[in-house]
Amino acid sequence: MTAMLDVAGLGHTYQAKDGAHRAIDGLTFTVGAGELVCVVGPSGCGKSTLLRTICGLVKPTEGGISLHGNKIDGVPEDLAVVFQDYSRSLFPWLSVQRNVEFPLRRSLGRKQRRARAAEALELVGLAKAVGKYPWQLSGGMQQRVSIARALAYQPALLLMDEPFASVDAQTRFELEDLLLKVKREQNTTVLVVTHDIDESVYLGDRVLVLSNSPASVVADLRVDLPGVRDQITTRESDAFVTLRGEVARLLNVGRPTAQRKVAAEAAVAAKWAEAERAALREAHAEDHATN
Amino acid sequence: MRALTRGVLGVVGFLLVWELFGRSGLVSAEYLPPPSVVLGELGKLLGDQLFLRDVLATVLALLITVGVSVGIAVPLGLILGSVPAVRYATRAVVEFLRPIPSVAMIPLAIVFLGIGPETKIVLAVYAAIWPILFNTIYALDELDPLLVETAKVFGTGRVRVLFSVALPSALPFVLTGIRLAATTSLVVLVSVELLAGGSGGLGQFIMLARSGAGRMDLVLAGTVVAGVIGYLVNEGLERAQRRWVGWNAATGGRA
Repeated sequence: MTAMLDVAGLGHTYQAKDGAHRAIDGLTFTVGAGELVCVVGPSGCGKSTLLRTICGLVKPTEGGISLHGNKIDGVPEDLAVVFQDYSRSLFPWLSVQRNVEFPLRRSLGRKQRRARAAEALELVGLAKAVGKYPWQLSGGMQQRVSIARALAYQPALLLMDEPFASVDAQTRFELEDLLLKVKREQNTTVLVVTHDIDESVYLGDRVLVLSNSPASVVADLRVDLPGVRDQITTRESDAFVTLRGEVARLLNVGRPTAQRKVAAEAAVAAKWAEAERAALREAHAEDHATN
Repeated sequence: MRALTRGVLGVVGFLLVWELFGRSGLVSAEYLPPPSVVLGELGKLLGDQLFLRDVLATVLALLITVGVSVGIAVPLGLILGSVPAVRYATRAVVEFLRPIPSVAMIPLAIVFLGIGPETKIVLAVYAAIWPILFNTIYALDELDPLLVETAKVFGTGRVRVLFSVALPSALPFVLTGIRLAATTSLVVLVSVELLAGGSGGLGQFIMLARSGAGRMDLVLAGTVVAGVIGYLVNEGLERAQRRWVGWNAATGGRA
């Protein structure tokens, strides 16, 4: 299997007024073509920094990332992202159809765009909602639109940042199964960042477990579950239960000492998350300034 | 329908109070003619070519003013709103210019531009650009960074982000700015017509009606027409806003 995504020795340090914050440290892993890899780690561990470096929104201070052999410098051509916050990621003034067409406006003619968008919306079960506006849809449907938009772009890599964290449990199951179906049918390469252990095992071909901040890879686990999964039987199976236990142990979940440590670290992480946001705002302002 | 009924009731109530006050003898009917007289005069005026020409002059000037103001203030707002360096550099100048009343510049404008229609339009534009400019700048401040990131991740260049993300997202604020600017423009236009004369218009009609025979009924008829124009412009723009940027209200004015 060839590596679609190759992350080698990736490290990033944010500079803030009161010192430097190391968000990720020596991250190394690959994602093969057609693979679905879940990255799971404690909150505030640097998952979003990893995601931003892959998107080309943040330039890492060390190491490098290659997407099908091309080194990432700036936003890569054939990469699509589904963000957690669908309500802020869809363009409210565009219809569902036009939201899905948005990334295609540069590369395709009108007819092709329309066809591609229709196909993607059909795939996520929203063929009837093309003329609606995002705010007329439920949260789960809005996230389906986001997924359709990403798929219509036909990316080499589909990045998903906590994609199902803002929908209710029922919808979450539906969307997880939708993602698995789409991945099987389209052979899409997917990297899902999540903090949900069960989700990572249920979705992934592999699960990458990250350490506390600064994030590094603690374990790279192969998920030996059948390609076609079922929300009830898969989650009951021994292989699933064993694996989720293993991931949980690696993350030190639910241990009293770990909890105290996590609470202390969460406070620090929150501070750094603020520094990170400030850095982003600055980068945003600079972007404008160089217009 | 109920809102309309209430609106009509309000107007009828207002006219009734005016009528009673005008007939009560508290003020001379010469100074404050009751609406029955004023509206009668207005009916006659609507058949008067010269009066209609004055109304048309004001309405045309208003349309030109709003068009020119949008053309200046929106691009300027986009620049000031998206390039902080320019915004900080111009802040002092802007804050100095903004509070100067247009009407105070009438003498200056007459010296430079004479007393043709361009004088009142320039002065009205001066007053109208501020609400549009500031609303555009604030709108860009409110631009959701996640929308911009989404566009960028999908390979959207900076210029296109400005036009297909920042601008549509700013539209609700900009339209509000235009609505405020239109009302302000009307006030300035009528004021300049009244004070500087020369270029015709509703303001000049009011001034002439007052100065010669002191016809207060005509003065008030002209004033009523000015009010109606202001109301119609505001109402029209409000409708446009509901229709074009209805998504903004539906998303709680978020984007």
